Amino acid sequence: MDTFKGLVVILMSSVLVNNYVLSRFLGICPFLGVSKKLNQAVGMGISVIFVMLMATAVTWPIQMYVLNTLGLGYAQNIVFILVIAALVQFIEIVLKKFIPSLHKSLGVYLPLITTNCAVLGVTINNILDGYNFLESMVSSLGCGLGFLLAMVLFSGVRSLIDERLVPKAFKGLPVTLIAASFVSLAFFGFAGIVDNLFA
Amino acid sequence: MKKDGNLSVMLKGLLRENPVFVLILGTCPTLATTTTVIGAFSMGLAAAAVLICSNAVISLLRKFIPDTVRIPCYIVIIAGFVTIVRMFMQAYLPDIFELLGVYLDLITVNCIILGRAEMFAGKNSVGKSVLDGVGMGLGFTLALVAMATVREVLGAGSFAGIAIPFMSTHTIDIFIKAPGGLMVYGFLIAVVNAITKGKAIKKKDFSCAGCPSAGVCNGGCASAKKEGE
Repeated sequence: MDTFKGLVVILMSSVLVNNYVLSRFLGICPFLGVSKKLNQAVGMGISVIFVMLMATAVTWPIQMYVLNTLGLGYAQNIVFILVIAALVQFIEIVLKKFIPSLHKSLGVYLPLITTNCAVLGVTINNILDGYNFLESMVSSLGCGLGFLLAMVLFSGVRSLIDERLVPKAFKGLPVTLIAASFVSLAFFGFAGIVDNLFA
Repeated sequence: MKKDGNLSVMLKGLLRENPVFVLILGTCPTLATTTTVIGAFSMGLAAAAVLICSNAVISLLRKFIPDTVRIPCYIVIIAGFVTIVRMFMQAYLPDIFELLGVYLDLITVNCIILGRAEMFAGKNSVGKSVLDGVGMGLGFTLALVAMATVREVLGAGSFAGIAIPFMSTHTIDIFIKAPGGLMVYGFLIAVVNAITKGKAIKKKDFSCAGCPSAGVCNGGCASAKKEGE
């Protein structure tokens, strides 16, 4: 039961409290670039969840059983980014061959995720936080869900600000960033939710 | 061809093609490491060091790297330099190493570095690529320090750790928290927009090929930029 509680805490804190986009600032580029339309935001979010889970499933054992055993911990960065890049390519090829319908909907997003800092960030953070394999997977799922949540919420906000009249210098990106800051402020309301989850 | 002079290659990174405020590249470290001036300054220099080295090496190898696998090659070169910088900092500047944390590793996937490799170093001579790296690196550092100054002075009442009278007893906490970062960034882009009056280079002409989101965003960020001009 305690294990389960621990996992729920990790999940909730990575979705709501330490949201990757809005409080840790990872994956801002796709957050700003792809959040214009709701369906694109959902597609990107689901692809990120998928890649994060796969990447964690592969990089965690590599770190524990290969890099740590051989004393190659310092090569973490190079190895992880290569593994993620190869993995994304591999997933794309497999999807194309066996599940073409899924490839059609997620295919365009996959190559972009290779250099998404949220994916590399989550794999490195899992190691830094000292999570075991199950905890790492849950934390990746949470981070992915948090990304999806932020994307979906923000695409709604964005459709509203696009119709407003704003001062010339603020048009486009500046006003978008300021709107994002309010969404991020709203997520502050979740602070402390984890501490009282099982109280 | 005065336009392509070595000096202008270097200086364009400072304002006209500032990677942070005009090209909107490398947003993640910009927002995450600008809570303190010292953190922002060291992040800027670390990224500049990686950028200069990777630009030089990629430019040297540009005739040997096959076109089809160039992105993975660039990433490996960049990751190598990031590891070197990281080890160096861990050994000699442990405080700053702690402060920057995971964002130091994430220089690997910083779009400024990959973007410059793709758009400049892969096509230009070594000398020019190094100058471009210096200019872009300084522009990045300058932008980060500018943003951190606003955030630290207002949010913590200090500059580079030195307390400012009055300000330090009247802090506005939100500026060093996440929402403050997004807001200050928005306002600073607006300021740069107003100064350059839209004469700054358009993102679309420049860096979408190097941006990992280019395929989906379809110049979405560029058009967001364009609307502002």
